[in-house]
Amino acid sequence: MVADPVLLQAAADLFPNGISRYAVGGLLVGLGTVLIYIGTGIPAGASTFLESTLSYVSDQSRFQQYVGSRDWRLVFTAGIVLGGLLFAATFQSGLVTSSLYEPGTTGQLYEVAGVTLWATDVQPWRLFVGGVLVGVGTRVGKGCTSGHGVCGVGSASKTSLVGVATFLTVAIGTAQVVAALGVSP
Amino acid sequence: MSDRHPLFKPLVFVGGIVFGLGLGFSHMARPEVVLNFLQFDDLGLPFVMFGAAIVSGIAFAVMPRLLDRAPLTGDPYERRLKPFDRNVLIGGAVFGVGWGISGICPGAAYASLGTGNITILWALAGMFLGAYAQGYWRSRRQRRDTAATGAD
Repeated sequence: MVADPVLLQAAADLFPNGISRYAVGGLLVGLGTVLIYIGTGIPAGASTFLESTLSYVSDQSRFQQYVGSRDWRLVFTAGIVLGGLLFAATFQSGLVTSSLYEPGTTGQLYEVAGVTLWATDVQPWRLFVGGVLVGVGTRVGKGCTSGHGVCGVGSASKTSLVGVATFLTVAIGTAQVVAALGVSP
Repeated sequence: MSDRHPLFKPLVFVGGIVFGLGLGFSHMARPEVVLNFLQFDDLGLPFVMFGAAIVSGIAFAVMPRLLDRAPLTGDPYERRLKPFDRNVLIGGAVFGVGWGISGICPGAAYASLGTGNITILWALAGMFLGAYAQGYWRSRRQRRDTAATGAD
């Protein structure tokens, strides 16, 4: 079969970094979720950690309801941070290479003790203001990209499908407006 | 809980590492890449979330048929089903605005810190502040409602 050059060009425009790094990354995110689920029966999401960790320092009833899960959620988050570091020490550092990995050109790379680390160019005020809204929204909305997006969608939960459609649509609109206002990066 | 299996936390830790490795490998831990998707400059990102959802969905469907209870907790295998109410829409919209401004969500922020992105501490500080604000407000309202309706 001969590939249509017009179609190939369209694919290159829509997917300038290909799809393999996204698909493989998604597979690993799913695998991490499945490992925990098989052993424990828990479909783990990432944002509950914010409230469960606050239960160590606050007596508010909203946080105290998570006392029973706060220890393992801390362990889960520590694992996620370490997984990011493992990625930095391998693929990001070029120690391990794969045709499935597309390094891209975003942000700034820097080296510490032979490990290639990465820092964002996105402005701190965007991260902070956006972070506050993410903290409020994920907790009021009963889940985030992993709780609703991975576990909820994987469960074919109507609540989660509506939740994902809501945050995805609003996020696209917001990012387009912010970009149109000339804010970059 | 104290009666949990000794391998409970080690397994959660290993699962977290694989989860974080995936967020790093996919570049979802980079706010620029998320923003590029939301601005339609690179449409690859949905493969991360939906790819992970498919993998998880298979386990959610298969495990209840294979085993009655999870070996490390004794809990039954259930899907993640939450009741729908107005909060799903309100919270989802607030999260969407925050995600669109910052390009970062909670899990990706933890992984981003691991890749060396110290700047992401701004987002993590914001997330804790936001989670605290909504928890404080909702705890207070709950107390007030309980007091207003009176004890049984």
